[in-house]
Amino acid sequence: MSAEAATHALEQERGGHASPAFYWAIGGILTVITAVEVAAFYIPALQPVLVPTLLILSSAKFLLVVMFFMHLRFDSKIFSGLFLAGMVLAMFMTVALVVLYKVLPRFDFMG
Amino acid sequence: MAQAAAIAHDDHHYSSTGLSSWKVGFWTFIGSECLFFASLISTYMVYKGRSVVGPYPHEILDIPLTSISTFVLLMSSLAMVLALDGVQKGSRKLALIWLGGVILLGSAFLGFQVYEFSHFVHEGLTLKTNVFGSSFFVLTGFHGAHVSVGVIWMITLWIMAFRNRLPAAGSLKVEIAGLYWHFVDIVWIVIFTLVYLIQ
Repeated sequence: MSAEAATHALEQERGGHASPAFYWAIGGILTVITAVEVAAFYIPALQPVLVPTLLILSSAKFLLVVMFFMHLRFDSKIFSGLFLAGMVLAMFMTVALVVLYKVLPRFDFMG
Repeated sequence: MAQAAAIAHDDHHYSSTGLSSWKVGFWTFIGSECLFFASLISTYMVYKGRSVVGPYPHEILDIPLTSISTFVLLMSSLAMVLALDGVQKGSRKLALIWLGGVILLGSAFLGFQVYEFSHFVHEGLTLKTNVFGSSFFVLTGFHGAHVSVGVIWMITLWIMAFRNRLPAAGSLKVEIAGLYWHFVDIVWIVIFTLVYLIQ
């Protein structure tokens, strides 16, 4: 591999990595979201919307860690593709198993 | 450019895409780990609410304690990314401080898990008590095993940094260890929500 290609690859791998202050800010946001999740769990008024609220909040935490701590926001799209392939298959499998074993048995298809 | 070439020569093996083969391989591994943990989480969700004897989740899960351990693991991820930043800047001091932080916080998380498991066993919930116990211990146990592997990995990196064998040119080692550590963190984000908060 040529030196130019190595430089390009290195810049691609390290390019755009954020500053420590930015990482501290992400850490602060993750802490706040976790605190909101736990607070929502204990607030009776939020019980009807608790599940969607928690799913949205935990998805936000998940995305923040993946994009900024794991650097997918800055790294090659190939890495994002490899991760998304696993995630999509995993989610498909989870939904399929839950539907198969928890949802379908509620219906009596045999009449 | 000379530095970049030296780095490339050091431990970067590039594929035809221009990307590090180590990183491509490790992201593929992480993709497969998504399926592994999805199978365990699916099993927990399928068996949720099917236990015919207690203790049941709402009787035994300790949300305040687990919230603290969740915070500890999130902060270990912050320490990990700061350790990588330190190594990339060539700062041995920062690398030692933040890798040490990851080791301490990871160990603290494991301590919380050991306390939780022993408390549950004391309360009568074991792997054989009911389907909740079986699926809960298998899921969180495998996650804990991953954290344990991560802590051992961090200790080896800390020793390398201590011996001055972790230069900026070798930051890929820390980056890959970091990917593993952050993955373990995002798995816990999912477990904390689906197992502990949505009961």
